[in-house]
Amino acid sequence: MRIQCPFCGERDLSEFAYLGDADFRRPDPDAADAEARFFNAVYVRDNPAGPHDELWYHASGCRSWLRVTRNTRTHEILAVNFPTPSGGS
Amino acid sequence: MARYAGDSTARLGFALMRYSIFNLVRQALSGHRAWGPAWRDAAPKSAYDVVIIGGGGHGLATAHYLAKIHGISNVAVLEKGWIGSGNAGRNTTIIRSNYLLAGNNPFYEWSMKLWEGLEQDLNYNAMVSQRGVLNLYHSDAQRDTYARRGNAMRMHGVDAELLDAEAVRRMLPFLDFNGARFPIHGGLLQRRGGTARHDAVVWGYARAASDRGVDIIQNCEVTGFIREAGTIVGVETTRGSIRAGKIGMAVAGSTSRVAELAGLKLPIESHVLQAFVSEAIKPFIPGVVTFGAGHFYISQSDKGGLVFGGDLDGYNSYAQRGNLPTVEDVCEGAMALMPAIGRVRVLRSWGGVMDMSMDGSPIIDRTVIAGLYLNAGWCYGGFKATPASGWCFAHLLARDEPHAVARAYRLDRFATGHLLDERGVGAQPNLH
Ligand SMILES: Cc1cc2nc3c(=O)[nH]c(=O)nc-3n(C[C@H](O)[C@H](O)[C@H](O)COP(=O)(O)OP(=O)(O)OC[C@H]3O[C@@H](n4cnc5c(N)ncnc54)[C@H](O)[C@@H]3O)c2cc1C
Ligand SMILES: [Zn+2]
Repeated sequence: MRIQCPFCGERDLSEFAYLGDADFRRPDPDAADAEARFFNAVYVRDNPAGPHDELWYHASGCRSWLRVTRNTRTHEILAVNFPTPSGGS
Repeated sequence: MARYAGDSTARLGFALMRYSIFNLVRQALSGHRAWGPAWRDAAPKSAYDVVIIGGGGHGLATAHYLAKIHGISNVAVLEKGWIGSGNAGRNTTIIRSNYLLAGNNPFYEWSMKLWEGLEQDLNYNAMVSQRGVLNLYHSDAQRDTYARRGNAMRMHGVDAELLDAEAVRRMLPFLDFNGARFPIHGGLLQRRGGTARHDAVVWGYARAASDRGVDIIQNCEVTGFIREAGTIVGVETTRGSIRAGKIGMAVAGSTSRVAELAGLKLPIESHVLQAFVSEAIKPFIPGVVTFGAGHFYISQSDKGGLVFGGDLDGYNSYAQRGNLPTVEDVCEGAMALMPAIGRVRVLRSWGGVMDMSMDGSPIIDRTVIAGLYLNAGWCYGGFKATPASGWCFAHLLARDEPHAVARAYRLDRFATGHLLDERGVGAQPNLH
């Protein structure tokens, strides 16, 4: 597996560290159902077989966080973007 | 003997032959031409009392104990490929009960006790070999952690011995004791741990369950659930719809995918774990050895191949193969621990898809949907759990209450905060 870093170009998997599902959002702690929302955010995962948006960190390169779309069935990298401050891409 | 004769002929359409020295000699004299098949490759009926999804070790063990312990034999095991084509046929076959937490230890020890009587129970040679599992430690802090784990085991009545470096050297003189980067200070030994033949476990459970009337249905993928008034009453499959009083899921790496068919989201991620086997060599490694300064474990199969593995690749995956950085990492662990291994050639490597739970421990519980039961989250330690997992899942399905040793394996523990995190790494599945 190689990831096309927008800064550094195509680099080997061993340069990156994996965090996981990119759609983690810190829930609003003041929401009425905050407890349920935190449970969902911390523990529950879509875990799809197919395209998956996930966060990778280019640890041995530019040290950017990347939002990568990758097919979990084939390991094919479909897209690489910077995560936006709002969490979308 | 009686168990396998008479009534099974009438029920199944063929007589299951009991394996014994007498029958071996008899078959040998007739050129081994009269051995029958070990189990029936059944076609689906329209309804069962219990349907188990997944013909891995856990699904088949569940069916066996449902029939044997609870007298429920109108059971089908549905397998999308062939039985044992998932993780049951891909693991490194290590069995042990050296767990720290009170929620885990009695469960794995019950599994060990079932392993100890498995071959008699199944009348099948599962090659259970209690050759010992030794976890090496490489620092004072790690010795303290292992001493604590060993003490917890002994308080649960499980065997554990803390060895110093000299004792390890006497056992395994070929390890690197000379100026290694991570010097070996000793190890925690469970002599009752060891290995078993993974395929034989699958076949043995299949044979015993089939003999009691369980239908084992291969090439039968579950593609949906049939619901009536909020209750799940059956499954849609590639071989037609099948109704069931209760449905148990035991699909390991495919858990999230099958749960999604029922509209459930779970605290699980699927990750790939690789394993390796070398060319066969003369007896070299007497038991199971694990390296404590990296992640590497190794044993030697009875055929002579060195069977070894290490960490997960670390990213979500449903591909049953991994990448090169992990291969390198595993081989570096091997070289750091036993440099002699460098002369041995790797024969094969492969991967399996692990159902990694968010605290590293399994789930054996009801779901929020009536009629649907869950057995999942085995991470990469579910082979050793096969007998107890089947035992406890059968208990839950038959009686609608958890078995005493599986009481901590609740699905709601993530919401209530009663986690079972042996490694203490939190909700990061690729670290468990
Ligand atoms: C490389 C590797 C090394 C391991 N080493 C060890 C070890 O040393 N010790 C240990 O204790 N554990 C180990 N494990 C873990 C262990 O193998 C698993 O935890 C255990 O096998 C999981 O239970 P199972 O046998 O029932 O799973 P599986 O054999 O995976 O059974 C699940 C079955 O469900 C079927 N299925 C999936 N979806 C459907 C569907 N929709 N319809 C019908 N059927 C379906 C699959 O085809 C599969 O056969 C290892 C795993 C791997 C991959
Ligand atoms: Zn970069």
